[in-house]
Amino acid sequence: MSKPCLATVWLDGCSGCHMSFLDMDERLIDLAEKVEVVYSPLVDGKDFPEMADITLVEGAVSSAEDLEKIKHIRQHTRILVSLGDCAVTANVPSMRNVLEVDKMLREVYLEQVAGQPQIPNQVVPALLPQARPVHEVVKVDVFVPGCPPPADAIYFLLTELLEGRQPDLSALTRFGK
Amino acid sequence: MTKQIVIDPISRIEGHAKITIHLDEQGVVHNAYFHVTQFRGFEKLCVGRPFYEMPSLMARICGICPVSHLIASAKACDALLAVRIPQTADKLRRILNLAQIIQSHALSFFHLSSPDFLLGMDSEPAKRNLFGVMRAKPELARDGIRLRQFGQQVIELLGGKRIHPAWVVPGGVSEPLSVAHRDQILAGLPECISIGERTLHWFKSLLDKYRDEIKSFGNFPSLFLGLVKPDGRIAFYEGKLRVVDAAGNIVADQLEAAAYQAHIAEAVEPWTYLKFPYYKPLGYHEGMYRVGPLARLNISDRCGTARADQELAEFHELQRTAVLSSFYFHYARLIEILFAVERLEQILTDPEILDRHVRAFARPNSNEGVGVAEAPRGTLIHHYRVDENGLITWVNLVIATGHNNLAMNRAVLQVAKRYVNGQRLSEGMLNRVEAVIRAYDPCLSCSTHAAGQMPLQIQLVSPEGKVVDEIRRG
Repeated sequence: MSKPCLATVWLDGCSGCHMSFLDMDERLIDLAEKVEVVYSPLVDGKDFPEMADITLVEGAVSSAEDLEKIKHIRQHTRILVSLGDCAVTANVPSMRNVLEVDKMLREVYLEQVAGQPQIPNQVVPALLPQARPVHEVVKVDVFVPGCPPPADAIYFLLTELLEGRQPDLSALTRFGK
Repeated sequence: MTKQIVIDPISRIEGHAKITIHLDEQGVVHNAYFHVTQFRGFEKLCVGRPFYEMPSLMARICGICPVSHLIASAKACDALLAVRIPQTADKLRRILNLAQIIQSHALSFFHLSSPDFLLGMDSEPAKRNLFGVMRAKPELARDGIRLRQFGQQVIELLGGKRIHPAWVVPGGVSEPLSVAHRDQILAGLPECISIGERTLHWFKSLLDKYRDEIKSFGNFPSLFLGLVKPDGRIAFYEGKLRVVDAAGNIVADQLEAAAYQAHIAEAVEPWTYLKFPYYKPLGYHEGMYRVGPLARLNISDRCGTARADQELAEFHELQRTAVLSSFYFHYARLIEILFAVERLEQILTDPEILDRHVRAFARPNSNEGVGVAEAPRGTLIHHYRVDENGLITWVNLVIATGHNNLAMNRAVLQVAKRYVNGQRLSEGMLNRVEAVIRAYDPCLSCSTHAAGQMPLQIQLVSPEGKVVDEIRRG
């Protein structure tokens, strides 16, 4: 029987949750026995699989690209996990929500540079007016707070999910931890 | 020649970075672009926040090198306070920074790049990752995991947490180091030295095999920039800017890092969210420079520790001029790991390291502060202004990955010219483009980001702007 498929993705986050995933250290070797990491910034992915058993999502939904991506992933994932405060609450990325996108871009790209001031608008995706938590745009099955969630919490999360149980993470992580 | 850049439908994008390759009328590669497609707005979202929140807030720019941002930010805040922080705090911050160099370099080398060296640039993509390395050469994978773990554990022992520790504060650090934690760190050093030495040995034995990649992976003249100590030794926490040219000559030395704006300016291109810093005296494009491990070794006269100095001498022999191939970033990273471990021992055995006085308390005394440190990927600059209440009014960040933006674009072009012929893209081409970008270990979280095996999409674009071929990896 083939192993369950694990995917990880990050949207508007700092990749700290992915680093905490790697902080499982030698337990990664055990984990590699139990799951196949099929899609992730950490592996040479193909396209997103037809159906991932578990997908960990880091980061808030901030750009048109994030939105498109998370909708696609939701359709192709059995258990979708909001991993970390940015996915769960939009956290730090949402601090820009009080600012107007156009004004913010103008200030960063027109006022703070010496050479060729202009706002990038080719190839790059447009920003959404606000950064939003993942569950506002698609259904989320499990929420894991933390900035980032500790490696112990991620390991417990995965081993429980792989055993078919709904993990109770309240003892292992909390917002900001 | 004018060329048109295609704006791709957003639905086709699977990552935060993208490359387009442009052909001329003869079907020959004419240009190539590395697009960074994320924008996070840190320079704006912290305006109005109290300055003392800045280190913790700025750490959230990046989970890979949060310590770099903590340190550059805290140094900028020290300047706002206009204090000299206690010597022990200074040393403790240096330890944290070195620990992070170790963990981040280990991540870059073992977790992300070693699959290319071990399994080959053209090996099967589904296995070309850390998990594939675990199967093919478990001891190498374990070495990488252990080395990164050590760096992260040092950060945790000092700061209470591996990622985003709140321990680095304006004026110093919040808690002193205990004897037990010092001894625990010291006990871990010999294993790290062994891992560093055997990995260097292994990597050097591979160099012959990668002659072609060494020749074409971002191998071109450029300036190199970074911090050095007054005597020309390599610097990570504190130093002054030195600029070296491709021939290895010092162009400028002992420039005040806080006055970076006199030496560095930034330009914008319409097709990427990542700005392009350049060395001001030479102007945009001509002022292209590289930062990070390769640059630091090119600009430094010596490291100041026994093993690393021996390796550095050998490294400098690679080329009579500066070492120009970006492939050697990996090599440089391994030497820096060795240096960081050796240096940790020097600092930790200083009796002053256990002093309880680790924080200076003050109100903002200056309305402007600049903090500069060497991040794993290169020179990192945080620049803040505050009002009389200590609320942030203006922020400028020049991020390590940004400094390399011109060079990364140039490197992608060189690889494309070498490996793309005619009208088709191939998997080997895709991986080599990724590999050359990976050599720079770009942190697009920092610059705005995607780490790791870069999610990439490559398009081949005709002179008319038509997409001839496309390949992507998510």
